[in-house]
Amino acid sequence: MPLLELICPAGSLPALKAAVDHGADGVYLGLKDNTNARNFAGLNFDEKSLKEGIRYAQGKGRKVLMALNTYPQPATLPRWHKAVDTAAELGVNAIILADPGLMGYAVKTHPGLRLHLSVQGSATSYEAVNFYRERFGIQRAVLPRVLSLPQVENVVDNTDVEIELFGFGGLCVMVEGRCLLSSYACGDSPNTFGACSPGHAVRWEQTATGMETRLNGVLIDRYADHEKAGYPTLCKGRFEVQGETYYALEEPTSLNSLEMLPEMARMGIAAVKIEGRQRSPAYVAQVTRVWRAAIDSVKRAPEQFKALPAWMAELAKVSEGSMNTLGAYYRPWK
Amino acid sequence: MKLPTFPTSLARLIARLPAWPPSAAFATACNRAAWPTLGELDWSAAHGKRFRVHVKDIGLSMYLSVTPDGLKAEKSGPVDVTFTATAEDFARLSLRLEDPDTLFFNRRLLIEGDTDLGLTLKNLLDAVDWDELARRMPLALGRIAQAARQRLLPATT
Repeated sequence: MPLLELICPAGSLPALKAAVDHGADGVYLGLKDNTNARNFAGLNFDEKSLKEGIRYAQGKGRKVLMALNTYPQPATLPRWHKAVDTAAELGVNAIILADPGLMGYAVKTHPGLRLHLSVQGSATSYEAVNFYRERFGIQRAVLPRVLSLPQVENVVDNTDVEIELFGFGGLCVMVEGRCLLSSYACGDSPNTFGACSPGHAVRWEQTATGMETRLNGVLIDRYADHEKAGYPTLCKGRFEVQGETYYALEEPTSLNSLEMLPEMARMGIAAVKIEGRQRSPAYVAQVTRVWRAAIDSVKRAPEQFKALPAWMAELAKVSEGSMNTLGAYYRPWK
Repeated sequence: MKLPTFPTSLARLIARLPAWPPSAAFATACNRAAWPTLGELDWSAAHGKRFRVHVKDIGLSMYLSVTPDGLKAEKSGPVDVTFTATAEDFARLSLRLEDPDTLFFNRRLLIEGDTDLGLTLKNLLDAVDWDELARRMPLALGRIAQAARQRLLPATT
C-alpha cells in the first residue's frame, strides 16, 4: 500500500506539467463538461490534451486520476458512460467517482479499471467505505473534510481501502456531495452542473463602499479596500443576522494540514490531495514544491519533522483569504 | 524583485491619450509574437465579445476582442468584461509567475462584467504552453520574455 502519495490538481496541460515537474506522484483532472465538479469555462481537458497529459505524466512514472465525480441525470447519462469509456481507453490509472450507478457501470464495462471513491461520495465511516468496497471494489476513498484525525484513524484501522486525505486548499462547507447552497441562489450545484457558483451567475463590482460580490443578484459580500477577498460562494459570504453582519457559515480560508504529516504517516494515510483544479500552473508549481519537500522530509525522519516557516509562508501566500486552518482535523468536539 | 513604480505625472498624461494606438500596438505585437501558439486553443466562447485591460497605475486602457485570426483592437466604449491590475501584476500574470486567484484574494486583480467570459479568458491563458510560446516567438522577443521571467521570479526556498 502506498504511503503519502502526493496528488496534485491539473486544470490544464501546463498545470499537469507543473505538478509532475515539481514532484507530484499523481495528478487528478477532468474533462471539459459537467462530468466533474470543476466545470468552469476554459478549464480542463479535451481528448487531445488528455492523451498528451497521460503520456507526459505516465512517461515519468506518475499517475493520472480522472475525476468523474458529479451525479449523472437521466437525460444525459450517456455522457458519463462515454467519459468512463474514454478514461479506460486512454489508460488513466484510476477514475474518481461519487455516484453508485456510475460505479456499477464502470465495474461491469471495464472490470480492470481502478476506482476511487470521491470526496463527493461523502463516506465518513468505515462501514460506508467498506460498503463501496464490497459492492464496487473501490480501492481508495477520499475522506470528506468533516472528520477529526481520531475519526480518520478509526476509518483507516477498519478497512483495507486506501485512504486519501485533503492536505491543502479551499475548504467547503463540509457537506460535500450534498451541498445545495449554490443551487439555492442560482439553480446550479456542483453535484449536477459541476460547478459551485458558476461564472454566469457571478458579478464583481467595485463600488464607492467596496468591492461587491453577487451571486445571481444576491449580495454575498462587500469587501473594504484593505480586506482580503474569498471565492464568490454563499458559504463564505457575510450576512446580516439579527442586525449583525458577519460570516454566518464559514470564513474564507484554506485548509493546511502540513503540520500533521507525521500523524498521517503513522496512521498509514495512502495519499494527500491538494485542492485547486481551478487554479493556475503558477499555484500548482508553488504548492507542489512545498508539499513534495515536506513529504520527503517526514518520510526520511518523522520524529524530526518540522513544518518550516518558509513552507508555511509560501502556502499562506496562495491561500484563499490568505488564512490557513487545520479544519476539522483538530477539534475538541465529535 | 519589483519593477520601478510608474511616475504619476506620466500616468496622468497616458490616461488622456486615445485608447486606439496602445490597443492596436498591443494586438499587433501579441498576434505576431504569440498567436501561432495561442491560436491552437479554442477561443470560440470569446468571439464577438469585447474586453478591456485596465492598467490602473499607468492609467492605460486597452480595448480588445478575439477573432479566429487573433486579437483585434477595438475602439473605446462599453465592454463585456474589464480586467484591472497594475502593470507589474499584469506582467507577472502573463509570465505565469503569479496565480490569478491569489491576486484576486489579495485584491490586486479585479474582473468586472461578464465573469464567465473573464474566467474563459483567464483559463485559456493558463492553458497556453509557455515553453512552446517562448520557443515560437521571434528569437529576440523570446529572450526578452525569458529574461523578464527570470528577473521577476521569486527567490525559491
